[in-house]
Amino acid sequence: MHVFTDPKNFDAYVSGFLWILKLTGASAACALVLGVLLAAMRVSPVPVLRGFGAGWVNIFRNTPLTLVIFFCYFGLYSTLGLSLSQELDLNRYWLGVIGLSTYTAAFVCEAIRSGINTVPTGQAEAARAIGLSFAQTLRIVVLPQAARSVIAPFGSILIALCKNATIVGTIGLMESSNVMKDLINSYGNAVIPIFLVFAGTFAALLIPTGYFFGWLANKLAVKR
Amino acid sequence: MRMKRMAAVVAVAGLAVAMAACGGDSDEGGNGAGGVVGKAESQKKLIIGVKADQPGLGLQTGSQYEGFDIEIGKIIAKGLGVEESGIEWKTTVSANREPFIEQGTVDLVVATYTINDERKQKINFAGPYYVAGQDLLVKTDSTLTGPDQLAGKTVCSVSGSTPAKRITENHPDAKLEQFDSYSKCLPLLENGQVDAVTTDDIILAGYAAQDQYAGKFKVVGSTFSDEPYGIGLKKDDTAGCEKINEILKAAATDGSYKAAWDATLGKSGTPAPELDTTKLTHCGAV
Amino acid sequence: MSTSSVLYDHPGPRARIRNTVLSVIFGVAVLALLYWLYRKFDQAGQWEAWLWKPFADPKTWTQFVLPGLWATLKAASVGMLLSLAFGIVFAVGRLSNHWWISVPAGAVVEFFRAVPLLLMIFFVFYGLPWVLKQPVSAFWAVVIGLTLYNGSVLAEAFRAGIRSVPGGQSEAAYAIGMRKTQVMQLILIPQAARAMLPIIVSQLVVLLKDTALGYIVAYPELLQRGVNDLAANYGNIIPAAMVIAVIYIVINSLLTAFAGWLDRRSRMRAFRVPKQTAPAGAADSTPEGGATVSEPQG
Repeated sequence: MHVFTDPKNFDAYVSGFLWILKLTGASAACALVLGVLLAAMRVSPVPVLRGFGAGWVNIFRNTPLTLVIFFCYFGLYSTLGLSLSQELDLNRYWLGVIGLSTYTAAFVCEAIRSGINTVPTGQAEAARAIGLSFAQTLRIVVLPQAARSVIAPFGSILIALCKNATIVGTIGLMESSNVMKDLINSYGNAVIPIFLVFAGTFAALLIPTGYFFGWLANKLAVKR
Repeated sequence: MRMKRMAAVVAVAGLAVAMAACGGDSDEGGNGAGGVVGKAESQKKLIIGVKADQPGLGLQTGSQYEGFDIEIGKIIAKGLGVEESGIEWKTTVSANREPFIEQGTVDLVVATYTINDERKQKINFAGPYYVAGQDLLVKTDSTLTGPDQLAGKTVCSVSGSTPAKRITENHPDAKLEQFDSYSKCLPLLENGQVDAVTTDDIILAGYAAQDQYAGKFKVVGSTFSDEPYGIGLKKDDTAGCEKINEILKAAATDGSYKAAWDATLGKSGTPAPELDTTKLTHCGAV
Repeated sequence: MSTSSVLYDHPGPRARIRNTVLSVIFGVAVLALLYWLYRKFDQAGQWEAWLWKPFADPKTWTQFVLPGLWATLKAASVGMLLSLAFGIVFAVGRLSNHWWISVPAGAVVEFFRAVPLLLMIFFVFYGLPWVLKQPVSAFWAVVIGLTLYNGSVLAEAFRAGIRSVPGGQSEAAYAIGMRKTQVMQLILIPQAARAMLPIIVSQLVVLLKDTALGYIVAYPELLQRGVNDLAANYGNIIPAAMVIAVIYIVINSLLTAFAGWLDRRSRMRAFRVPKQTAPAGAADSTPEGGATVSEPQG
């Protein structure tokens, strides 16, 4: 473990995981907002909105995230000149957040849509029968119940998002996968302890998160 | 019926695993005591690690590789008695050259590989077959003339490479953009997000000479380091290293070194350099 | 299908006018955005002919794109088979009555689900050779990484599927004298596999996309060959990325469409996992609602 007793390496390890957490936090918030909007579009009565939502989901769910982030960097930043910060690291960070959010939003949208599907159709029909509009049906009857059944998928999406944050390393951000790569390069013979430390940190962060969401989902599940 | 299908899936999967095991076996052997010389003699085969994205030096064009490093690799293979058809080229990137050699993924590395003390602790070097120097590639209209003007400027390089480390150590006031290959730096230079791309002059010249960038970039031309390019091989393979040095000596006199240059980097009109055989490494011997 | 028609009434004349107006406004806004993007790329010179010309050259396809696609499909299909096998073995293992099987199986599945695939592939490529004393090829690094991760996700899907088969069925099977293995093989797994088929296929889409992470070990897959190497030859990184993205989208859409078809087909057949069957109070990390378990790994 002499690798991590060197303060320089330890700092790199900590800052690598801080980037991961920051990427996850910001992207989760953006993806949630964007995903809810997209889901609302996908179930709306307006055909063009439905088409837009479906198009978004089909494009981003079927493109490798590496390519999406690649586009954010070489398309938005390099070609179109969209610079988000003078600081190189922050610029990479925000471009990474854009890529992760647009990609994850597609999954959030689909989770919400299938959550809506779990609400028995009779309820929506009853709501309409007593004269509620589309927006009212969605807001008062369907979404509160759907929200409970999307907790488990949201947990999976959040966990995947945290792991996906490592892909922002492609555009040069020194997050944990890049830090691990560098350390393995310099300490080739300690490759196994290095991997176990990084993988173990992810496991320590994410396995409890998974159980928490499982517990929450069970607790809040709509009993039918 | 269903069970049969299920059994079939499992069986196919098992077969794939078995194939995996076989595939692994064929890579074995040859990394034994004999070193490179032994493997070349017994198997008539060599795996050479090269760059895939450096025009003029090592560029993968479809299924082929071309460039000066490739030609040097061919000269060495020939000297070891291996036919061109017996060479397997393997793409390496800057960051995985030492592991490739240490683990025996490749027998040799000829990939713009600078000889330095840090690397010598892990592997052995034959050569150098060329001495490059770190330089800057800038836009044609740029006023940058050397590394001392880099303060506040953004420079692009490859993570883990010697040029990138030199910039962080000697020019900490420059901002560094890092990727896994130099080819990703070029669009950034073209679009103005970075002020310069830095690595060895010979690599930069290769990019500047590519058709699509003709007239857009120039190499500054004030090198600020010596980068003797070596041929990497296993640390304990002293015999292989000495043999390769002999092959290089012969190549310097019989014209094959010059031919290799003229067929690749020399195309731009630069005359072939002299291969200074007095500077060849001692192969780890003191 | 059903949702959109159930949430609102058949539009009357006023609603129809309102919808049309909204459609037009939103449609124009989207088109304007697309046109703006087009213009910006145009100003940046990304539509210039020389950038796109390589794609008219058959060499680009035969030497870069198609070999890359082949490598991607090869890694994905071997990875798929192995993940299915891994998934079945570990799902059954985790459901075992012996704690010395179920606990380790559970630990393995939880661990590999939590480790980013990028780290996994990287470790198999650089770390495993130190253990095995022999090199691991980039191909196997990618396949092993994909198998461990996707196999673990599939194991959870299978487990949920097996548990969702009504308990009476295995009781009946035991009653007629079947042994545990027989119940698993003849009763539970076949039904679970069919019920979980759509989820399995959508996880396979994830697996196919994940082959793109092979770039980290220089595995010559579609992204590496079609974007990185092609751009090194022709300097057309944006056009290359656009073309490759379209290829990925087409292939994955076909797979997704296939999943949808399977789903509809199995809906029509007799057996289907009843929704909302997550047993209350079970310490289960992934109780399935009607929602998908497939995880959006890169």
